[in-house]
Amino acid sequence: MNSVFILNIIRFIILVLFQVFILNNIEINGYINPYFYVYFILLLPFETPKWLLLSSAFLIGLSVDIFSNSIGINSAACVLIAFLRPGLINTLTSKREFETGIKPGIKDLGFAWFFNYSLILVFIHHFALFFLEAFSFHYFWFTFYQVLASSGLSVLLIIFSQYLFSYRTKE
Amino acid sequence: MRYFFIFLWKHSFFFLFLIFEFISFLLIVNNNPYQRSYIVNSTNELTGNMFSAFTNFTEYLSLKKNNNTLAQENANLHSKLNLLSSIETDSSFNVSTDSNFLFLPAKVISNSINNRINYLMLDKGKSDGVKIDMGVISSTGIVGLVCQVSENFSSVMSVLHKDAKISARIKENNQLVNVIWKGDDYRIGTIEDIPTHIKVIPGDTIITSGNSLIFPEGILIGNCKDFIENSGENLNNAEIIFSTDFNSLSYVYIINNLMREEQNNLIDSLPDE
Repeated sequence: MNSVFILNIIRFIILVLFQVFILNNIEINGYINPYFYVYFILLLPFETPKWLLLSSAFLIGLSVDIFSNSIGINSAACVLIAFLRPGLINTLTSKREFETGIKPGIKDLGFAWFFNYSLILVFIHHFALFFLEAFSFHYFWFTFYQVLASSGLSVLLIIFSQYLFSYRTKE
Repeated sequence: MRYFFIFLWKHSFFFLFLIFEFISFLLIVNNNPYQRSYIVNSTNELTGNMFSAFTNFTEYLSLKKNNNTLAQENANLHSKLNLLSSIETDSSFNVSTDSNFLFLPAKVISNSINNRINYLMLDKGKSDGVKIDMGVISSTGIVGLVCQVSENFSSVMSVLHKDAKISARIKENNQLVNVIWKGDDYRIGTIEDIPTHIKVIPGDTIITSGNSLIFPEGILIGNCKDFIENSGENLNNAEIIFSTDFNSLSYVYIINNLMREEQNNLIDSLPDE
């Protein structure tokens, strides 16, 4: 339990730094910006107490906010997906039963399950994020295009890193 | 009460979610100027529409009094016009009639006098050319300063505001003073920090100085009521009675200083010390 805790803290720090110093600076096409750090919320263990789920999501959102000068925007979006996560996990059925010790990921629950899971949560997160940033529905389709493109890229990064890291642990 | 706590505990996840979202929104509104201005403007527009509907109705009740003040103002203007035309025909002096100031009439649709910070709302906005920092006067004297503009409405920070400070002049001896409002009585203003060598006599007229780029010179502020000598200190205070009755404002004028930008540029171009 303790090692899981420390692992998540390390993941928290690495993902925030990666987001803030690398991903926030690439801005593909001028508008598309992947928010890969939500990976942290996706990977939190199933047994995480709900209050810890919400507060850690709030904290990671706030940390990214502080570095990107948008205080409150990322944290609002993160708290939203942390709130929706338990319900979504209950709705998505997988081939395997939820045994104790199982972790959210392709290795334990299969590609289809994890793909759906991350696509839905990332899309909701990006939707909330970009519309809070625009703060109006005036340019709805433009913002929506940003949401679609950025979530596509984020999901791609998430799936990619799943394969990268799960193969390493297998060996 | 016990059931209430049980209810809270049962749905603690949901309430915690609400609390976190609430904190996030507070942070957004407090730290991001764009989002804040969007909220302020849209609520301004909404409350503006509601207030204007309400005033449209209550206006009828004060119609008679308004008619009187307008008639009085008309009479005043007529007498001034007469004076002007007599000067033009009688003397060889060339009276300059062009002025830097334009006046836009506006209707007061909401007004407060009971707070430490008081605001009015007017039915003229961006689409009528109103901009932030324009002065507002009524036919009886000074009113305030435009502090927020939406498409069709504007908020005015009234003189009855704890941070308001008006550059004024004593008409009788041309001394410059500052008028502030202490926050208790909406009829009484205060002149602070008068050097001892200047005496203000009850009954003296206080007018705007024209130094502020916002108000033209000579707009009435009020009359001195009391001169308070602080023994032992070298600065005295005085109390004045505002000539404007803030409680019954209904029509005001927004002042547009056409030369403001030029004057501002000149000030900005002065070398800093």
